[in-house]
Amino acid sequence: MISMTTTLEKKLKAMHEELLVEQPRTRERVASTAKERKPRLMTQSPFFAIVNKEIADHVRSWRFNVMIALLGLTCLGSLYTAVTNMTAGGSKDEAEGAFLFLKLFTMTDGTLPSFTVFISFLGPLLGIALGFDAINSEQNRGTLSRLMAQPVHRDYIINAKALAALIVVSVMFLALSLMVMGIGLIRIGILPTVEEFMRILCFVGVSIVYVAFWLNLSILFSVRFRQPATAALSGISVWLFFTIFYQLLVNVVARVSAPSPMARPEEVLQFQQFIQTLLGIVPSQLFSDATTTLLMPSVRSLGPLTMTQMVGTIPSPLPLGQSLLLVWPQVTGLIAATLVCFALAYVSFMRKEIRPR
Amino acid sequence: MSDPIIELVNLTKRYPGYTAVDNLNLTINRGEIFGLLGPNGAGKSTTILMMLGLTEPTSGRVSVCGFNSTREPIAVKQRTGYLPEDVGFYEDYTGLENLVYTACLNGFSREEARLKAEGVLKRVGLWEAATKKAGKYSRGMRQRLGLADVLIKDPEVIILDEPTLGIDPRGVQDLLKLIHSLSREEGLTVLLSSHHLHQVQEICDRVGLFVSGKLLAHGNIETLSQTLFSNEPFVIEARVSSRDTADKLVNSLYQIDGVLRVTADGNKLDVGSARDASAEIARAIVESGADLTYLLKKEYGLDDIYDHYFREKVESYA
Repeated sequence: MISMTTTLEKKLKAMHEELLVEQPRTRERVASTAKERKPRLMTQSPFFAIVNKEIADHVRSWRFNVMIALLGLTCLGSLYTAVTNMTAGGSKDEAEGAFLFLKLFTMTDGTLPSFTVFISFLGPLLGIALGFDAINSEQNRGTLSRLMAQPVHRDYIINAKALAALIVVSVMFLALSLMVMGIGLIRIGILPTVEEFMRILCFVGVSIVYVAFWLNLSILFSVRFRQPATAALSGISVWLFFTIFYQLLVNVVARVSAPSPMARPEEVLQFQQFIQTLLGIVPSQLFSDATTTLLMPSVRSLGPLTMTQMVGTIPSPLPLGQSLLLVWPQVTGLIAATLVCFALAYVSFMRKEIRPR
Repeated sequence: MSDPIIELVNLTKRYPGYTAVDNLNLTINRGEIFGLLGPNGAGKSTTILMMLGLTEPTSGRVSVCGFNSTREPIAVKQRTGYLPEDVGFYEDYTGLENLVYTACLNGFSREEARLKAEGVLKRVGLWEAATKKAGKYSRGMRQRLGLADVLIKDPEVIILDEPTLGIDPRGVQDLLKLIHSLSREEGLTVLLSSHHLHQVQEICDRVGLFVSGKLLAHGNIETLSQTLFSNEPFVIEARVSSRDTADKLVNSLYQIDGVLRVTADGNKLDVGSARDASAEIARAIVESGADLTYLLKKEYGLDDIYDHYFREKVESYA
């Protein structure tokens, strides 16, 4: 092994010296270098070179560290309220009692929102922060055209950027959740069951998809808008629209189209489903539906249930498979929205003409 | 011995509303330094982008190193170094780190990349600034770093878009000298675009004049000036003390053998002739009793070629 590396080094040094003391090239020489070029030592593919650099940039950036600090603090805060609440009140609900560990993520005493609510609130911010200047800042710095002049496929750049941000988000969420679990384990002294652990992993997965949606949306904006500030503001306005105005709009629509108190049950049901469809467009609604179901096994349905459907049910928590089945539409919706955003960003990046700034 | 390395055949690029490059035909040989000259917006950058496959031509064909740039951009980009106009670097990375990244994108391993980066930094004379953040580099240093960035992939062709833009005259001299020596020592083909004529004049083997997407003329500077000014190879500029005498002199200067054109502009006389008649002109002026204050035999440089072309053609195209 050692001898191999030394010969390699020697070879490299020879190449290096050759570069320094270059003789005038004759045609044959040029032709021979052209031939040598093909079996070049491919120890690192250019794609992963970009991914590596992007991850390093994210981790070193102030922006990301501020986000980590923010998420870490909220995480600790919600954990604190959950633990104090848990030790003070104990479990009142028998059905939930079995899933005490999951309450670390959902429990709140009203002063601070729970961990899941924090994620649904801060996740978009994180996604937007990681993506809003992905392409346009490269363009403004004049590095994009230099990057494009290297022998890499054009889609490597956008794919690598999306992947790098996704890896960063995944590692961060996994670490945060494991930290919550770890601290919770020490504080409440109850071991999580396998099912609880799986549920938490599913929750992490859904959170990553949720953040990925906002990430890809902001990458789309970063391709479309030349100014990073415009892209960031557009991302934030979409987020605000969905969190505040869309709910208002839905409320208005609901009030206007609400059936009379005398209406038949079918009409009421139809109306309920209509409102639910309207709300189903909102990513944060999809996320909170999915996470509630995953973290509260007693949730049996996300839509209205009629009395006939309720008859004969045993008030027991659902197994993980059933909970997953229940949130499948939500998760599919989130993934689809994410993919649509990425596809749009991809297409518009591929069609973009890269000119020097 | 022509060995074409860049071939443009009937290359056309149309944008909605205008034609950036219009039916361009050009061949550049291996080892040449070719200057692409033209005013801003002439289509130089677009042509370069098409050579690298960064923009698709509307019609026509580009091939670089035997590869079609539109179909096989990766193969072209492996062999071609491109320094964009106003090149940018990752400002919070050092010069060395920037180069290592480029080398990694070219498929070198990290160790190889580091060795390569050190080598090229020494070559372009930036070794002392290797560990400095690229954001702190001066404009001239940035261009040198750009050149290092281009050289790190061992290119066969380097394409430099406005490499001298915004650098002080001394820096321009150094940079051009560096480009020249690189080309000669390593047999690199260099294509550089510029609108600064005399800078480029010194190092280019051939130049092409580019206006409104058309290549108006190309060749080396002597043949260009010969073909352009064949009717009037010599121009002598003279200045006399007053405007009246200048007007009077016009007729007498026409009498001199070989003089084709005399124009008076204030107290300045512009004489175009088929042979070097500067001595006779001076004598004629002095004998007429006028005070000759200044006499200049013009030699055609790129400036005049440029002037000649752009003043007229730009107007006629516009």
